[in-house]
Amino acid sequence: MTEEEKERNVIVCRCEEITMGEIRDWIARGYDTFDELKHILRVGMGPCQGRGCREIILREIAKMKNVPVSQVDPGTFRPPSKPVKLELLAKKEGGE
Amino acid sequence: MAEEWKRSADVVIIGAGIQGCSIAYNLAKLGVKDVVVIDKQIPTAGSTGRCAAGIRAQWGTKMNCQLGLASLEILENLHEELGMDIGLHQGGYLMVAYKESEFEQLKKNVALQNSLGITSRVVSKEEAYEICPTLSAEDAVGFTYHHRDGHADPFLTTIAYHKAASEKGVRFYKFTECTSIKVKGGEVKGVVTTRGEIDAPIIVDAAGPYSQHIAAMAGINLPLYSERHEILVTEPVEFGVCPCMLMSFSGNYYIQQRPIGSIIAGCSPEGHPEDYSLGNTWNFLEHMSRVIVRLLPKLGGVRVVRQWSGMYNMSPDKQPVIGESKEVKGFYISAGFSGHGFMFGPISGKLLAELIVTGTSSIPIDVLNYDRFERGELIEEPAVV
Ligand SMILES: Cc1cc2nc3c(=O)[nH]c(=O)nc-3n(C[C@H](O)[C@H](O)[C@H](O)COP(=O)(O)OP(=O)(O)OC[C@H]3O[C@@H](n4cnc5c(N)ncnc54)[C@H](O)[C@@H]3O)c2cc1C
Ligand code: FES
Repeated sequence: MTEEEKERNVIVCRCEEITMGEIRDWIARGYDTFDELKHILRVGMGPCQGRGCREIILREIAKMKNVPVSQVDPGTFRPPSKPVKLELLAKKEGGE
Repeated sequence: MAEEWKRSADVVIIGAGIQGCSIAYNLAKLGVKDVVVIDKQIPTAGSTGRCAAGIRAQWGTKMNCQLGLASLEILENLHEELGMDIGLHQGGYLMVAYKESEFEQLKKNVALQNSLGITSRVVSKEEAYEICPTLSAEDAVGFTYHHRDGHADPFLTTIAYHKAASEKGVRFYKFTECTSIKVKGGEVKGVVTTRGEIDAPIIVDAAGPYSQHIAAMAGINLPLYSERHEILVTEPVEFGVCPCMLMSFSGNYYIQQRPIGSIIAGCSPEGHPEDYSLGNTWNFLEHMSRVIVRLLPKLGGVRVVRQWSGMYNMSPDKQPVIGESKEVKGFYISAGFSGHGFMFGPISGKLLAELIVTGTSSIPIDVLNYDRFERGELIEEPAVV
């Protein structure tokens, strides 16, 4: 296996099991924003909400587009909302 | 990676949502060489990426039944045609009626659907409970069901069109906003964007919630407006608690479970006000949670993880506006889908491409031209909220 192949096999997003190779292929096709990669590959949508993969992916986009990382759109960040049970929300004041 | 800017094209499409991407793909498939799609954001950033992606053939007019069925047939084969999985799940739509008059209408719709080859049917409460094992709808008076209805992944479906279109030579420019439209002597000449101009004899307005603003740039007054709809998603739960799409007009809800396990649910805003904001409300969160827990009581302990909103682009009769303007030659419109633009995307994109290339379409859609509003010939569709 060449270095390139080894790198391609590295899992970048562990939550969704996405490899560097998959990410590189989609960036090369022109899907070079974090949000597009998220919509296609679900990267950043796992339990860690991208803490484990966002930086690596942004760096890869920057490298492939030959721009500084600071110029790469970090994507819409949805703050980790505190999940609330349906039955609690349903019991709020002013019920039907 | 500076991309080459095309100064002219055969067709420029404004908007890379499901409509723009489907139209672009179908134009390329029909042999149009020089198609450019511009979007002020990225593909799916508009309503498409915010929708529930429900798909149904259970409609109440002949044309919508035909369009719904034709779209379903395309979607069923889309993975193969475009070479990408679109997350299609066909668990059927279970329509729930709470009023006798509503049930009567649903039954009439089923008769019409059956006459057009759609195998929908009226189902008993027992059957409804078999179709949706955790459902509790003791106050319902009747149900209809069509097993081929369902939902897909709106991102994957749109990107599948986008990618297949790119491979056929369509150029997509993202972060490129249309700021004006060039019209001369009653004919469209091109677009002006934040990144430069593109001359083209044909412009397609597929700007979703903003389509009336784009039309206004060409001097066309479209009686469309947009309204905000909220939606929520829960953490994943074991698949099968709600394998069908639950939908009710009088109950004002739709609820589905994606194959990954999350429950997605939404409803229409009270009074349908014009609203271009994308805010979220507590009111919706509480109301929707009550509706879900009442219908699917076993889900009480399931957590909501996210809520968001998106826009419906509404027309006066809640039917889309598709076709060429009779005021400005070369200006085509695909808008006003009133909350059903995802499911119609595969067929409407095909028909509009046919119209552009050949002047006619394989399913007649002349009645969808916006001149119907001037003539007062609104389309009466009973199967919308
Ligand atoms: C909560 C919710 C639930 C829904 N559920 C369903 C459902 O279950 N089934 C269904 O069929 N439909 C559903 N819909 C409706 C569906 O989302 C829309 O009808 C459909 O996505 C419209 O697609 P579009 O391509 O016309 O618009 P959009 O996806 O909005 O695309 C328009 C594009 O135009 C771009 N644009 C706008 N202005 C400009 C400009 N000046 N220059 C360049 N680009 C511009 C935008 O960035 C956008 O990407 C739902 C909608 C919402 C909000
Ligand atoms: S590692 Fe990518 S979402 Fe967790």
